[in-house]
Amino acid sequence: MSRADLRFFGSELGMVFRRRRNLALLVILACVPLLISIAVKASGHDAPGGSIFGGITDNGLFAALAGFLVLTPLFLPLMISVVAGDSIAGEASSGTLRYLLAIPAGRSRLLAIKFAAIVTWCLACALVIALSGLLAGLVFFPSGELTLLSGRVVSYGDGVVRLLLVLLYVTASVVTVGAIGLFVSTMTEAPIAAMAATLTLTIVSQVADAVPQLGRIHGWLPSHYWLQWVDLFRDPIITSRVGTGLLVALGYVLFFTALAWARFGGKDITA
Amino acid sequence: MVAAIASEGLTKRFGSLNAVDGIDLAVPAGSVYGFLGPNGSGKTTTIRVLLGLVFATSGSHVLLGTSTQRALPKVGALVEGPAFHPYLSGTANLLRLDAADRTADASTARARVGSALERVGLTAAAGKRYRAYSLGMRQRLGIAAALLRPRELLMLDEPTNGLDPQGTREVRSLIAALAGEGVTVFLSSHLLSEVEQLCSDVGVMSAGRLVWQGALADLRAQQEPYVRVETVQPAEARQVLESVGLAGVEAADGHVRARLGEARPEDVVAALVRGGVGVRGFAVERASLEEQFVALTGEGFDVSG
Ligand SMILES: Nc1ncnc2c1ncn2[C@@H]1O[C@H](COP(=O)(O)OP(=O)(O)O)[C@@H](O)[C@H]1O
Ligand SMILES: [Mg+2]
Repeated sequence: MSRADLRFFGSELGMVFRRRRNLALLVILACVPLLISIAVKASGHDAPGGSIFGGITDNGLFAALAGFLVLTPLFLPLMISVVAGDSIAGEASSGTLRYLLAIPAGRSRLLAIKFAAIVTWCLACALVIALSGLLAGLVFFPSGELTLLSGRVVSYGDGVVRLLLVLLYVTASVVTVGAIGLFVSTMTEAPIAAMAATLTLTIVSQVADAVPQLGRIHGWLPSHYWLQWVDLFRDPIITSRVGTGLLVALGYVLFFTALAWARFGGKDITA
Repeated sequence: MVAAIASEGLTKRFGSLNAVDGIDLAVPAGSVYGFLGPNGSGKTTTIRVLLGLVFATSGSHVLLGTSTQRALPKVGALVEGPAFHPYLSGTANLLRLDAADRTADASTARARVGSALERVGLTAAAGKRYRAYSLGMRQRLGIAAALLRPRELLMLDEPTNGLDPQGTREVRSLIAALAGEGVTVFLSSHLLSEVEQLCSDVGVMSAGRLVWQGALADLRAQQEPYVRVETVQPAEARQVLESVGLAGVEAADGHVRARLGEARPEDVVAALVRGGVGVRGFAVERASLEEQFVALTGEGFDVSG
């Protein structure tokens, strides 16, 4: 990235992160691990150990994992769909796309900057879940050594490093939604339609994943490995399925960004 | 003369419609070129093709002697009305556009935005959100965006569309001032009066085709003289005019018109008097530009504004 590209990227981040709707979504996201912690605290009795929700009362760090567990299927993809679906379609619907291209921002360059901003948004969402869970956990629950899902006890610092890996894995997982959203966004001038279509695709993936008769294709679905980060909280870490999950994510990201590039590169901008 | 814009056989088809149909533009550098045509004649589509927003079905074009992508940093454009982010201020919107320009100098961005806003008289409204801008302010912000950097060519698509008379005057005098600084201006308009007032050259579009192109002065020179006879005997006057060989005779209540052609006006008057036509008034006039354009396009132009 050149200096000029960094400047454009900075401007794009400003568009995403200063937007009130997006900030509101981040606040809602931050509330979820907090509300889980309060609910667990208030219910007073322990869930069985060896599970993520059961671990919260032993160690607050599990509140962050519980946040990832409940948010990854729907709300997180919704948040990514909103920003990714808006990326190109939003500029098209407001007419600003024609002026960006006449600057000239460069079609490939604009797409690359938009995608970089989407990836940053994915990372920010995962970070907000992790931080909110971590802080809520520190306030309401013990924070010393923690028992992994496989039963071994590790230090809090070790747990935080694993949480960081989970955060990165979740980011990589939902970047697939971002890439799909970017592509859909080049297909329409209606941002809401792009958002809805993107979210619908992630839901279709999860529905298909839940149908046993479709077992043959499960491993190819974008959402199939999304919760595989639980392997990172075992000892030793089971890397094989996490690795497969990352490869599938990479495949989808490459496929849909290439489609978006092919589509956008030759598209008539008539909006 | 060097061409600021040149195209050959430029064509854009939308489905079965030839929105732009094989046009050969030649816009001289330094000119103010009026791209005139009724609504739907293909002006905006042409501008989109020239700016690289839409891909031509066939034909080629050159901007400032080079490809579109290379020329664009030296081109300021207003296409089909202004478009900005409603919740950003005028300043923030211009900074956003400037940030997208990989050849712009970030360190001078604020100063350039400030002077562009000043140029169009928006300094006082610079911090207001775009959504609070009036139509005239929006149009001027669009022009400010085209002026963010020194330009060699301005492509302005109907820059006075929707403005009140005051706003129209302001925008026109701004364009005249810019043209005075040596910038080539390519101005699309459906208003003949606007083109007459501002332009040195003109291209006339009709249903996707460029039906006439050249210096406005050349078009005026082509204007045919005609005679106008005021009389209470239009039928008799018509007979006389036809008998002395004038073509295109049109009789209306109270007057008769005919193309003068090669005839001498004094002979026509003499013939009328001999024929017993009571002449109340006689004049040799030239066809208005309006009539010439109607003849070229088969359609009338909006002459208001
Ligand atoms: N995206 C499009 N799809 C189909 N037809 C279009 C599109 N854009 C413009 N047209 C048609 O092309 C013709 C020329 O339109 P336009 O260039 O906007 O004319 P003008 O700017 O002179 O009013 C019109 O008939 C219009 O309906
Ligand atoms: Mg138009």
